Amino acid sequence: MSRVFKELYTPEESVAPGFSTCPGCAMPIIYRHAINVLGKNTVSVHAAGCAAAMATVTRVSATSSLFENAASFAAGIKIGLTKKGRDMNVLAFIGDGGTVDIGLQALSGAAERGDPIIYICYDNEAYMNTGIQRSSSTTMGAWTSTTPVGRVKRGKGRPPKDVPLIMADHRVAYVATASVAYLQDFARKVKKAAEVTQKGEGMAYLHVNSPCPTGWGFPTEKVVEVARLAVQTGMWPLYEVDHGVFRITQAVKERKPVAEYLRVQRRFRHLAEEEIKKVQSYVDANCLRIEGLQGQTK
Amino acid sequence: MAKIEVLTGTGAAAYAAKLARVEVVPAYPITPQSATVEYIASMIADGELDAEYVEVESENTAMSICQGASIAGCRVFTATSSVGLAYMHSPVWHAASLRLPIVMAIANRAIGIASLWCDHSDAIELRDTGWMQFYAENNQEILDTIIQAYRIAEDKRILLPAMVNFDGFYLSHLADSLEIPDQDAVDEFLPRYKPDHVYLDPDRPIRYGGLATPEDFTEYRYKQHEGLESAKSVITEVGEAYGKAFGRKYGLLDEYRVGDAEAVLVTIGSMTGTARAVVDKLRAEGKSVGLVKLRTYRPFPAEALRSLLAGKRAVGVVERSISAGSWGSAFSEVRAALYDMPERPIVLGFVVGLGGRDVRLEDLEKAARKTFEARERRQDEKMEWVQVRL
Repeated sequence: MSRVFKELYTPEESVAPGFSTCPGCAMPIIYRHAINVLGKNTVSVHAAGCAAAMATVTRVSATSSLFENAASFAAGIKIGLTKKGRDMNVLAFIGDGGTVDIGLQALSGAAERGDPIIYICYDNEAYMNTGIQRSSSTTMGAWTSTTPVGRVKRGKGRPPKDVPLIMADHRVAYVATASVAYLQDFARKVKKAAEVTQKGEGMAYLHVNSPCPTGWGFPTEKVVEVARLAVQTGMWPLYEVDHGVFRITQAVKERKPVAEYLRVQRRFRHLAEEEIKKVQSYVDANCLRIEGLQGQTK
Repeated sequence: MAKIEVLTGTGAAAYAAKLARVEVVPAYPITPQSATVEYIASMIADGELDAEYVEVESENTAMSICQGASIAGCRVFTATSSVGLAYMHSPVWHAASLRLPIVMAIANRAIGIASLWCDHSDAIELRDTGWMQFYAENNQEILDTIIQAYRIAEDKRILLPAMVNFDGFYLSHLADSLEIPDQDAVDEFLPRYKPDHVYLDPDRPIRYGGLATPEDFTEYRYKQHEGLESAKSVITEVGEAYGKAFGRKYGLLDEYRVGDAEAVLVTIGSMTGTARAVVDKLRAEGKSVGLVKLRTYRPFPAEALRSLLAGKRAVGVVERSISAGSWGSAFSEVRAALYDMPERPIVLGFVVGLGGRDVRLEDLEKAARKTFEARERRQDEKMEWVQVRL
């Protein structure tokens, strides 16, 4: 274990072996690294979704919310603990469906109130647990079981909803994006999230790219590679917004063409050159927008 | 010494929450409940109540925060009405499955096409959730029932949430003089909530809630049902203890001139006062009519009804709700409860007062006369809609 991990992690391992996710899933990596930074003085809240599988192997106290109310359920636990004079981390660990779609209202409410919970969205860009249906986090052009590729329609037509920046616009204490290909960066961000919430400064929101071999269609051993390509192509910019100050945490000097990322995934295999260009121009515009935020106060 | 205060129904509910020393109150405004949580917000702002008021963005979040804070060991309270209750539908189910003793006040209001006014459809539709349901007749009962509801819900034999219902506008907005018990006496009657079925202890991690497989789900529901069955005796026990402590005794039912009655009206909520006047009027004519008020709808007091109505000739159930495509909900349950009696009375049903239509003296008088006349017949009549324009 590197020095960075040793400094950031609690001594005990907080996840037991034997979880029941698909092989090659990024989500357990994200969960394990988060919970090992936070340690056993944590309550873990799981909504419906793939991460419910982690509730059975986590060694910290775990509770289950409904699909739509992970943020408010976790906020209730935190408010109740605080009222009782107790200081525990409350982690809500939810997929993109439960965050950017059905859970957005509860999340927005908790963010606006400044409830000091750590909210981690593992974003696999569709409803994977129910069988790969599109969410508003699904990448433009992607096949899903509800945005099929046929003679008339060709995958998801619209770019994803940008929830990390929406959260930053709620003026929460800390927002960051992260990736399983940059775990030290992620662990540092979890540590910051713990610090700001422990100080009661408000919510910490982490949005983590979670490549899904089953839903995206790539070999299980390629999960970290795919995650790295997402960052290197500009599909997944890594940044943080710390008390309103925006900072890119992983600069990409020469972005690779998005085609390199799209071509390794079955969900994009129908895309023709013209369609790939369209995704490229979306990514170019988005990267320009993100770079423009560097150093700004949101 | 208890003191007298003039309070609306919403004021009574808020006062009860304060006397119960609730610790977390997440709430979202909705007519006709809103003043309940406004009062609580003021009490907290003025330092009269040491609780956390959580300014939520919806009823779904209100009920979700209730659950989280209850898991953390707090006594929690919220209030809602109508579509607000519907908007928290899924967490309402979840709360009962997690066995959290949440108490929620409901200022009953119609649901469906927009209506601001009273009927009981909003709460009745949640009868299968595992929540207890109390219905108050007047503002004093709202206050007394909320205090009792915490003791019942937190009882280790029960551990289920409770709705305390009161008629929107008729009770929520009308003022009455109430006897307010002393805080010390309430503290003695209702000790602090100390859960041991749920705890968040880093050294004793637990898994709370989650997926119930076909191997476990039936047992979840069975235990919940068992809890509600046990609630029948606990509600009676707590109602008697309340009577000893504060002079007002409560049970599953309330009866009026039932003893020698041949015909009995069954009512729920604020219309009961009017029904008493009707009973007196018919008694003055020499007609032996009585009255039973259902104080709880869940658990449904079937045994208590059977023993009270044994030997009666006719029963008329008057209610502010209809299960569309079937009968009035209380009507069908009263009929079912009495069906097994060797000599069961005829049971008539009257649907009244939907969406805030006044339940007038003459409506209840008509229902009482019909019920009294039916005592000579052996065949049940179908349920009837009162005052319906066709």
